[in-house]
Amino acid sequence: MSDFLSVNIPKFTSVFSAIGMFFIVLAVLFAIAGRANGKKARPIALVIFLAPSLILLLAGLIIPAIRTFLFSFMNPDSNAWVGFDNYKWMTEDPNVKSIMVNTILWILVVPIFTAALGLLLAIMLDRIKHESIPKSLLFMPMAISFVGASIIFKFVYEYSEPGETQIGLLSSVVDFLGGTPKDWMLSKPLNTFLLMIIYVWTQMGFGMVILSAAIKAVPADIVEASALDGASGWRLFRNITFPMIKGTFIVVLATGVVGALKVFDIVRTMTGGNFSTNVLANEMYSQVFVQFDQGKGSALAIVLFLLVTPILIYNIRSLRMERSHS
Amino acid sequence: MSKLKIANHNPGRKLFSSKIATVVVWVTTVIWTIPTLGLLVTSFKADKDILNEPWWVSLFNPHFTLSSYKGVLFGGDSESLSNGVLPYFVNSIVITLPATIFPIVIATMAAYALAWIRFRGSDFIFFFIFALQIVPLQMSLIPLLLLFTGGAHIGSVTVFPALGIAGDFAGIWLPHTMFALPLAIYLLHNFIASLPRDLMEAAHVDGANHFKVFRMIVLPLSIPGIAAIAIFQFLWVWNDLLVALTFASGTEEVAPINSKLASLVGQYGSGYTQLSAGAFITIAVPLIVFFSLQRYFVRGLLAGSVK
Repeated sequence: MSDFLSVNIPKFTSVFSAIGMFFIVLAVLFAIAGRANGKKARPIALVIFLAPSLILLLAGLIIPAIRTFLFSFMNPDSNAWVGFDNYKWMTEDPNVKSIMVNTILWILVVPIFTAALGLLLAIMLDRIKHESIPKSLLFMPMAISFVGASIIFKFVYEYSEPGETQIGLLSSVVDFLGGTPKDWMLSKPLNTFLLMIIYVWTQMGFGMVILSAAIKAVPADIVEASALDGASGWRLFRNITFPMIKGTFIVVLATGVVGALKVFDIVRTMTGGNFSTNVLANEMYSQVFVQFDQGKGSALAIVLFLLVTPILIYNIRSLRMERSHS
Repeated sequence: MSKLKIANHNPGRKLFSSKIATVVVWVTTVIWTIPTLGLLVTSFKADKDILNEPWWVSLFNPHFTLSSYKGVLFGGDSESLSNGVLPYFVNSIVITLPATIFPIVIATMAAYALAWIRFRGSDFIFFFIFALQIVPLQMSLIPLLLLFTGGAHIGSVTVFPALGIAGDFAGIWLPHTMFALPLAIYLLHNFIASLPRDLMEAAHVDGANHFKVFRMIVLPLSIPGIAAIAIFQFLWVWNDLLVALTFASGTEEVAPINSKLASLVGQYGSGYTQLSAGAFITIAVPLIVFFSLQRYFVRGLLAGSVK
């Protein structure tokens, strides 16, 4: 215990002194700059308020992004140009092909399931009493890290040899239904879909919550008017409600696509990218930090960027637009 | 939202009867909750029982123990975790607090400048920062790591006075701060720009400068927005794996608990007790935040969902 204290008290002192220093520097800057009068006051204030952000963004995002772009045309150690070799490697290597196939599977399956399930539950939540309890339990997995969620599902997907007790829920259920449990993480292509379930489990709540808000915001008079016109049930939903929440639905889909493209933690924790489950973001990490090939890693990052950009632009735009209207 | 007339007659009305809806919602809720419950029950079982008896059987045959937690927190029972996860838990707190406070404060300042100290080009800068949201984390990792380890050839020595911060806490605070800024500035700008203009002008007429206006008017009025974004950032950092793996070495000195947990999964011989109790300790903090601050949590998560 005393060991523990002697190691960890300095950590806390360092964190509190860092935060303290941060605020002291700010206070001193504010005090000094606040004394400036006349014409200089405004530019000085501007610099103090804005410069920290601009410097950090320049050093942390803008310059690194440009360098990553350059690295993608260079060798593993980033000290000689290799032209398009890293991109050519992507089109030729069979492993990369399997990675791309998996990534495409992820961006096709995951968003559709997340959004469809979210929509279904949002509609049903609207129809029940005490909706807040199921709503918050369904939303709860969003607070859990992908690593935590993966471990939760490691226990669900656990497999024991025949004859031993199956402690995994999935194996038990399959056993109970008369099937034969297998080592789920080794069974391709099922394993990729089992990993997707983990993602859907954590993210479905997001779609449900914003779709639920969108449904509640559909003006009552429109619905009433069309109900008077004889629309009901499925037709009312298809012709009136859904068109009014379509924008939100697409945002949920697009968020799912971006999330599925960037998925890394789940694959790394569950299979390490083995057994044909590898995806783009995990391969990017492995190329850089396992293979020590900054060139290929950077090229993969560029591909990720190119795939994410159009969706993200659309998504950010419509999400903001929606929010500014409400 | 409150200004809109909330539908009395629900639009989804006759699509499902409320009985079917109730059943489907509650069945889904149970299915959704079972995996977490399984982990919780498993974490209270003795090591030898975990493999011999499924957790749902143990529920009706309870012989629970805190031994997993004792072993995982304080260590001693295996090589991979000789000192327990407590040091990593401490690291997570040490990483998360500054990595939440720094970007929020810096972003609030920038948001104020862009909203209320107008100058030529302020619209352009705001749009540019907004657009930076599309740069994925993966684009910055390698060059930023090179900058921390190998120093700066681009004259940023003054920006990073302590080079060699790779593997240090500062080397994790800084990337988290940088990556948080575009979204935080954008969201806070929307919030701060909507504060009443009269208030600002009255303060300036009374002789207050920008620093005073920022402290006395903008900060107090922005607390709800700041709280939501801070909670989102807190969870983002606590649950992050990629930044931690890249910038923190896996050691007990700096690695956060989430990345330690990830490394335990792959290690041969790390038992189920370690995994289950370790995972529950890791997710306990976000779950507490979730259940106690749910309103802010939802607002922050929805705002930050495009990150």
